[in-house]
Amino acid sequence: MSTIIKNGRVIDPGSGTDRIADVLIAGGRIAGVAPDLSAPGAEVFDASGLVVAPGFIDMHVHLREPGFEHAETIESGSRAAAAGGFTSICPMPNTKPVNDSATVTSYIVERARHMAVVNVFPIGAITKGSAGEELAAIGNMKAAGAVAISDDGMPVMNARVMRRAMEFARSYDLPLIQHCEDLNLSAGGDMHEGAKSVRWGLRGIPAASEDVMVARDLLLAELTGVRYHVAHISTRRAVAMVEHAHRQGMPVSCEATPHHFTLTDEDMEPYDSNFKMKPPLRSGCDRGAVVDGIVAGTVSAIATDHAPHPGSEKMQEFERCPFGVIGLETALGLALEQLLHSGKISLVRLVELFTTGPESILRLGRGHLAQGAPADVTILSTDLEWTYDVNQSFSRSRNSPFHGRTFRGGPVATMVNGEFVWKR
Amino acid sequence: MNAGLLGIEELDRAEIEAILARAKDFQPLQSQNVKKLDTLRGKMIVNLFYEASTRTRTSFEIAAKRMGADAVSITASGSSVTKGESLVDTLNTLAAMRPDAIVMRHSASGAPHFLSRHLPTPIINAGDGTHEHPTQALLDARTILDRRATLEGLRVAIIGDIAHSRVARSNVHLLSKYGAEIVLCGPVSLLPVELAQLAPGVRLTTDITDAIRDCDVIMMLRVQLERQHEASFPASEYFRFYGLRLEHLDLAKPEAIVMHPGPINRGRELSSEVADFQRSVILNQVENGIAVRMAVLEKVIG
Repeated sequence: MSTIIKNGRVIDPGSGTDRIADVLIAGGRIAGVAPDLSAPGAEVFDASGLVVAPGFIDMHVHLREPGFEHAETIESGSRAAAAGGFTSICPMPNTKPVNDSATVTSYIVERARHMAVVNVFPIGAITKGSAGEELAAIGNMKAAGAVAISDDGMPVMNARVMRRAMEFARSYDLPLIQHCEDLNLSAGGDMHEGAKSVRWGLRGIPAASEDVMVARDLLLAELTGVRYHVAHISTRRAVAMVEHAHRQGMPVSCEATPHHFTLTDEDMEPYDSNFKMKPPLRSGCDRGAVVDGIVAGTVSAIATDHAPHPGSEKMQEFERCPFGVIGLETALGLALEQLLHSGKISLVRLVELFTTGPESILRLGRGHLAQGAPADVTILSTDLEWTYDVNQSFSRSRNSPFHGRTFRGGPVATMVNGEFVWKR
Repeated sequence: MNAGLLGIEELDRAEIEAILARAKDFQPLQSQNVKKLDTLRGKMIVNLFYEASTRTRTSFEIAAKRMGADAVSITASGSSVTKGESLVDTLNTLAAMRPDAIVMRHSASGAPHFLSRHLPTPIINAGDGTHEHPTQALLDARTILDRRATLEGLRVAIIGDIAHSRVARSNVHLLSKYGAEIVLCGPVSLLPVELAQLAPGVRLTTDITDAIRDCDVIMMLRVQLERQHEASFPASEYFRFYGLRLEHLDLAKPEAIVMHPGPINRGRELSSEVADFQRSVILNQVENGIAVRMAVLEKVIG
């Protein structure tokens, strides 16, 4: 069974390709990329006027399985991913039980093999139970399929434990992803500390709580030589510190989420928990710095931090609601709106942020359209007008601040390992 | 549909003036033999208090009864709240009993704002977390206006735990709309710099003498130990630096008045002498609370 995607604008940042061409897929792999390919008997997808890119990678999602299947499952999350143009997703380990052992990693890999419509590459915990004390079995998890380690949401506060984790991550050649938040500085906070939090009488999460952790970790990263990655970067100073680390030649990277490069605390609806996440929506100055970091290349990946929570948990007093918003289906639309149509970056750079950017951090063997590569393909439009209706989401949860937003451009079809798994 | 009273911030000056004028009409009633009107006869008001309160709850209850309405008061302990029911479910249940308004106090900032998006019943905010306490600001304004011709140009010092004070926020919004000059004063950790952006005319100081000098009104705030999530100031030296004593009053204008939303802690935020001082209007505030809440109830459900 072969498929040919005809007449699209093929953008493959890895090979520097940007031209009108056909993409031939056979046996689940890319069989050729060239103009006017002939493929008798192949299923034809007419991509005229569309962009054909390597399948998008989201290196930061929460699939909630095992343990919180009322919020999301590997299947439902993967369907939301496909509808967002993502062909590979990396679930964080804060499931129940925490993915801190080869057993849980294998369970996720196995579940995904049967239930997921996209590739699932799990991220293992840094410490047992993500409790920040005892190191998890990092090597075993890697052998079972973990592609990175992180205690996302439960930052490792003990610098000594972090140092040891970095040493092991380096020796196993795994990137270490940190959710940068000093828990003492942020304790009890519900939103960014600023004029809005003071006005609304909500406790603040200061930008310094992120900055302090990034600073500490960069010192430890220098000491250990680990490949270190800052998750969902959100402050001006954190971006500046990562940029500084780049200038020192350190193997350091960071990701930005669509909500952080799109919204600020000023955009929040009062006490609406669909705007509550960690890190919180920051000031306009911080948002600007994140966008500038994307433009300058300091930020190497766009990741959603897709964090489903059921309505019952989000329909509460603001301070009681859990942190997090879903984001798989709106990521590309927001990136096009905020980065491409605004003239900040080129389309090639945008595709990089979803493909070769995360691939260079995680080394999944994805994110390219080279001949022989797994046929993960994202077909998108830069102009199609559509409106996001969260009630139609493939996710089991509905916690999005972007319900009702109209986008210019978005995913059109998603192919994973040679099969279309979603079409608009 | 839901035209309750959530905060002072969203009101304009005309709306505030209308409530204060109406409250003035109700003042004489408080000292009459027969204090009851029948303006709101047949109306039902639910007082839902998720936080301990003596004066505000009693004041709302009396206000409702003096307007001729029926009032039911529910406190969090001994209700379905302790059985694990969510706030939305509790409110939906109450709303199904078709009250004409729900008066609500809650320890979470924004709780009434969140509910008002999901409920048809008008909600009157009787204090939400560290956000707003609109009827307190209204009764404070009524109390000042009983002694001054206008709020315009007055210099008002608000002293104490500003960060955690819903009374301070509501008063700042109200006084600022009238062009008053507002000085907020407290220990540095309870005085976030962003407070200066709350409304026009706000200045911050950590020096109580600076705050009181030449002011017309001194509003003392209660030290809210229940909202201190950490040791944000050394409690042992609080009274020395932020407790109001008689000698401070010499710095203020000669006719300056002293206010306090209560309950007062003698010897913590003000000395016993100040509490009983002739220009202390703390009990007038309490009395005005009823007239103001009658005016608010009339506006919301009348």
